[in-house]
Amino acid sequence: MTGARKRTMAQAINDALRDAMDADGTVVVFGEDVGPLGGVFRVTDGLTRDFGEQRCFDTPLAESGIVGLAVGMAINGLRPVVEMQFDAFAYPAFEQVVSHVAKFANRTRGRVRLPLVIRIPYAGGIGGVEHHCDSSEAYYAHTPGLTVVTPATNADAYGLLRAAIELPDPVVFLEPKKHYFHTEEVDSAVAVPPIGRAVVRRAGRDATLIAYGPSVAVALSAAEQAATEGRDLGVVDLRSIVPFDDETVCAEVRRTGRAVVVAEAPGFASVAAEVVARVTERCFHHLEAPVRRVTGFDVPYPPPKLEKHYLPGVDRVLDAVDELQWDAA
Amino acid sequence: METGTVRFIERDGGLAPGAGAPPPTAELLAGYRAMVLARRLNEQAGALVRQGRLAVYPSSRGQEACQVAAVSVLEARDWLFPTYRDAAAIAARGVDPVEVLTMLRGDRHCGYDPVAHRVAPQATPLATQLPHAVGVGHAARLKGEDTVVMALCGDGATSEGDFHEACNFAAVFAAPVVFLVQNNKYAISVPLARQSVAPSLAAKAVGYGMPGVRVDGNDLAALTVVLGEAVRRAREGGGPTLVEADTYRVEAHTNADDASRYRDDDEVAEWVRRDPLLRLRAHLLAEGALTDALEAECAAAAEELAARVRDGMNRERAADPDEMFAHVYATPTAQLVEQRAGLRAELELEGS
Ligand SMILES: Cc1ncc(C[n+]2csc(CCOP(=O)(O)OP(=O)(O)O)c2C)c(N)n1
Ligand SMILES: [Mg+2]
Repeated sequence: MTGARKRTMAQAINDALRDAMDADGTVVVFGEDVGPLGGVFRVTDGLTRDFGEQRCFDTPLAESGIVGLAVGMAINGLRPVVEMQFDAFAYPAFEQVVSHVAKFANRTRGRVRLPLVIRIPYAGGIGGVEHHCDSSEAYYAHTPGLTVVTPATNADAYGLLRAAIELPDPVVFLEPKKHYFHTEEVDSAVAVPPIGRAVVRRAGRDATLIAYGPSVAVALSAAEQAATEGRDLGVVDLRSIVPFDDETVCAEVRRTGRAVVVAEAPGFASVAAEVVARVTERCFHHLEAPVRRVTGFDVPYPPPKLEKHYLPGVDRVLDAVDELQWDAA
Repeated sequence: METGTVRFIERDGGLAPGAGAPPPTAELLAGYRAMVLARRLNEQAGALVRQGRLAVYPSSRGQEACQVAAVSVLEARDWLFPTYRDAAAIAARGVDPVEVLTMLRGDRHCGYDPVAHRVAPQATPLATQLPHAVGVGHAARLKGEDTVVMALCGDGATSEGDFHEACNFAAVFAAPVVFLVQNNKYAISVPLARQSVAPSLAAKAVGYGMPGVRVDGNDLAALTVVLGEAVRRAREGGGPTLVEADTYRVEAHTNADDASRYRDDDEVAEWVRRDPLLRLRAHLLAEGALTDALEAECAAAAEELAARVRDGMNRERAADPDEMFAHVYATPTAQLVEQRAGLRAELELEGS
């Protein structure tokens, strides 16, 4: 499939799965409701019909079993791409992910690599009841051996998933579920972005907003709004949390001297905290103000009626930007 | 009829040949009334979803006999561990249905007091509540109480590791737990055949060393007898029982699901003919027990329930942002105090 087309993020991911399955007969897709139903978000729509039950199938309802099965299949030469139905429903698989998926290559001194992908719809903003809106990236990012990727655009959803499937290492692929049904232009002919590279979504002179996944859109809106108020903010989209692209991020921050990290997850011991630490360590002498972060509160994701207060929004980002010691400039 | 499935009342309301005596008529009448209310609650909640008053509702339509029997066999001191699909069972236990639906309206994670009602919060992560049920039961034993715990889950949930661990723990500790699996044939789109190829879900009990019983899940009489026996045994120190109720999810998984993608109408129609309410009604009519006056009373009670639910759901409760920070810890951390103050200041600025 080539040429730019209007695709939702769910469709772009579906395209990536199809193209990967077409290109490589060892790619298999499985999980809960991914078969005839096509996934609760329709991401795997039509795959069983078009590739057969051998290539895309429903499993018994057990996440640890799904990931463990994927490990075994990867050991035996296949490239499993498994779906966890929601962020919080991936937790039963945590043992497999942390003790095996992440460590197999290291334990076997490279003899057994696991080229598998664990796709997880994550984060909030959809009015979901409890256990449907977790931002679980820090658990995975903290686990050495896991590559952790999260697209912010539909084109990246396509490209990064293609790259994730091709990677020899296991990837936790976090899909911002609030974007699933947004439509954007996607050109699948465009070169697949390498995993591990951030991208500057918007160049800015005054300060740099650093975001990933669902927060990139928030950062871009904030930058737009700031522009109308005479402040020129840049936006860096991490795309890949692990490996982390210090180079791109720090180059931007060194240029502007000010940075705010935006992320939905609770801020304590978070990916955002890691970004702040890295930037501070590497750019200290270029900074005009402490690097700030705007994150979720350190509370369980709240019920739907309160999520608007929880989610870092444009105003909260701009408030943080206002506090970057502009008077001293 | 599948071999080994306990049934007292046939689809036409007649008594199943060879089955023992059904529970006393007064008990069945009470059960019928409770099922009428459960059905009405399912219908009313569905309507509220369509009106945008509820975010989502996983209906137990067609499973009302299970919903009612699971709690009618319990004493006030017993515990119920329900799932997201068991709103009707919780209401049948006496919890205000408005409080039950609070979670699905999006106000709170749990709208009722679990301790006051001895009903655990509805569990969404599948099967994860089952080890808790065993823990409550085991603790009761250690404390010398004769509490029994009714633990609910679906057919799909039996594939989870926690289901296995809970069953095994319960059996090893002879914990006073009744596991009621409402086998409604689907886990969202995935049919039972993809969960298990065991002869039945009840058959799994053998592997744990506990009794397993398969019961017609649309027969309130059979459910009451089977669950009642299991509760009695548990209370007397005889340990857990695994009960599989053979029933059917008549509606889609939730309103957000499109069941036409994975099952056909004929299958649903066949199960609608096995409706648990119609069956018991036919039986009670044939017995001459269900009078017009009683039917009218049931209908009126159902309408009153529906009106109360509508009224409660229409009364918007202003969600209090401070609630987010409450009860994360017994004593809020310094960080939470700071974050709460920050949000309050933000909201004050917005309001001014
Ligand atoms: C651990 C976990 N994995 C996945 C889900 C998503 N999910 C919610 S309900 C459901 C199907 C459950 O089927 P079953 O246990 O048969 O109960 P039913 O909904 O039919 O009552 C799934 C997969 C979940 N809630 N928890
Ligand atoms: Mg089911």
